[in-house]
Amino acid sequence: MYRLTTRTRAGTATEIAVLVVILAGLALPAVTTRGVIQDLFFILTMLTLAQIWNLLAGYGGLVSVGQQAFVGLGAYALFAGVILLDWDPVPAILLAGLAALVLAIPTAFFAFRLQGAYFAIGTWVIAEVTRLLVAQRKALGGGTGISLPREATSNIMGTDAIRALFGVREAAARDILAYWLALVLAVAVTGGIYWLLRSRLGLALAAVRDNVDAAQSVGVDVARLKWAVFLIAAAATGLTGALIFLQTARISPDAAFAVTDWTAYVIFIVVIGGIGTIEGPILGVLVFFALRSALADYGSWYLMTLGLIAIVVMLFAPKGLWGLISARSGLHLFPVRRRLAGLKIEGGI
Amino acid sequence: MILRLENVSKSFGALKVADSVTFTVPRGEALGIIGPNGAGKSTLFNLITGNLLANEGRIEFLGRDVTRTPAMERVRTGVGRSFQIPQPFEGLTVFENLLTAAAFGRGGREAEMVEDCAHILEQTELLGKANVVAGSLSLLDRKRLELARALATGPELLLLDEIAGGLTEGECKALVATIRAIHAKGTTIIWIEHVLHALTSVVERLLVLDFGRVIGIGAPDEIMASKEVREIYLGLEV
Repeated sequence: MYRLTTRTRAGTATEIAVLVVILAGLALPAVTTRGVIQDLFFILTMLTLAQIWNLLAGYGGLVSVGQQAFVGLGAYALFAGVILLDWDPVPAILLAGLAALVLAIPTAFFAFRLQGAYFAIGTWVIAEVTRLLVAQRKALGGGTGISLPREATSNIMGTDAIRALFGVREAAARDILAYWLALVLAVAVTGGIYWLLRSRLGLALAAVRDNVDAAQSVGVDVARLKWAVFLIAAAATGLTGALIFLQTARISPDAAFAVTDWTAYVIFIVVIGGIGTIEGPILGVLVFFALRSALADYGSWYLMTLGLIAIVVMLFAPKGLWGLISARSGLHLFPVRRRLAGLKIEGGI
Repeated sequence: MILRLENVSKSFGALKVADSVTFTVPRGEALGIIGPNGAGKSTLFNLITGNLLANEGRIEFLGRDVTRTPAMERVRTGVGRSFQIPQPFEGLTVFENLLTAAAFGRGGREAEMVEDCAHILEQTELLGKANVVAGSLSLLDRKRLELARALATGPELLLLDEIAGGLTEGECKALVATIRAIHAKGTTIIWIEHVLHALTSVVERLLVLDFGRVIGIGAPDEIMASKEVREIYLGLEV
């Protein structure tokens, strides 16, 4: 008599559109310039970081300001794999995910004892401690940093095939490889979060976000859920960090553990796009990229403008730009709501 | 016996909020709990549900010692509760609130819970608002949702914390009728309530708490006639 439904026409249309965009994205290096590929790489890696932070804060209620710890450690794990273990950079990316996962265990152990703002500050402190510890490693360049060796970057797995396929030079082939990997990671992270939110765990996450006591009182294992989300987010952030610094081929503690680049900008993207939605970070990263392109030459005015925009959005559109659009149009491109369908049901969303 | 508390005590520093509380609840009974504000009524609920752990004493549910069992496991064994101040999952719809409770409180796949959730929504007069976001509900509907969500966990023992508080007389009557229907189907109920006429129209026994101590337990008429209860709880000079 009654049935549960999550599908909407907009959702089905989005799934088809996303598939087309992914296929077009894979083929794009054949028809576009290296500059566009680099811009898209930036957008995709920031989108991935934003989706992960949105999962943590928007769904898990874990407002971390220390995600740069996992970006940085992941990136350094890649460099360690290549320089110290003589691995090819592509498989060394997996080492980054593992290293970030390992760091996340003691981080969660300490940070989960803190609540709210103290949790945020705690994660930031742990990130700073990690940066200072990594800066002591002379074999990885110490405080001044290090580049990937020429012999490692000149023959990365798959670049020969890319050079032959597109007729490009070595550096451009590396950019295309990094772009493809970033595309795969962004799709996997966004798709994974979409799947998670439509699964039983998605309900538990939303319940924990809304009310921890009530979530426990209906049988949700809050502690285990938070651990799972934090560890998954750390591993995915580590992979993204490795990709970012594979593309630049140079690393330093200040760049790899930069709170502005890997957490503040990410929070900006999620806040202006719309926290707690999958669409929010996608819209947010496009707005962020447009602002960055338009204001990059204005020095510190750039950061002040970003801050001002974030404040205005928080005041007048607390659910972000996507929240505004969604409220006015009723549009949900990635529907996660379970609706009860059947007789006697009215209203709706 | 569905629930047994033996000398259960709980302190916050020097403040003793439950003081050697001992009582039993037979299966199928409706027990009312009354007492002045700050008597430790909600604390007692938190001890039974596992939201707080007792410092001393023993709590048995269905013959099993659950004194140290965490809240999420107690709900899975059949202890369902509502909160004094409604605490819906505001970002979820009414139906999703119930689905979460059913999926985690009982365990199982969402699709298997749909009919049950719809039935509970019908019983609590929320079916028409199934797809409405819980954050936008009125007080009465929030109270109904508290009850519905607790029922969705499939409780053998249902704990209701001041569910009639703040409602109009008409709303209160409607809610009492729903609770009476739930009790008539065999669900054991423990109900904390200040709205005495609502409470006594449902429960078979009353328990009186004061400063964390049980000062009386028995038939409602007997309890309400007790000199100590009238002095402490009703503030009447006898």
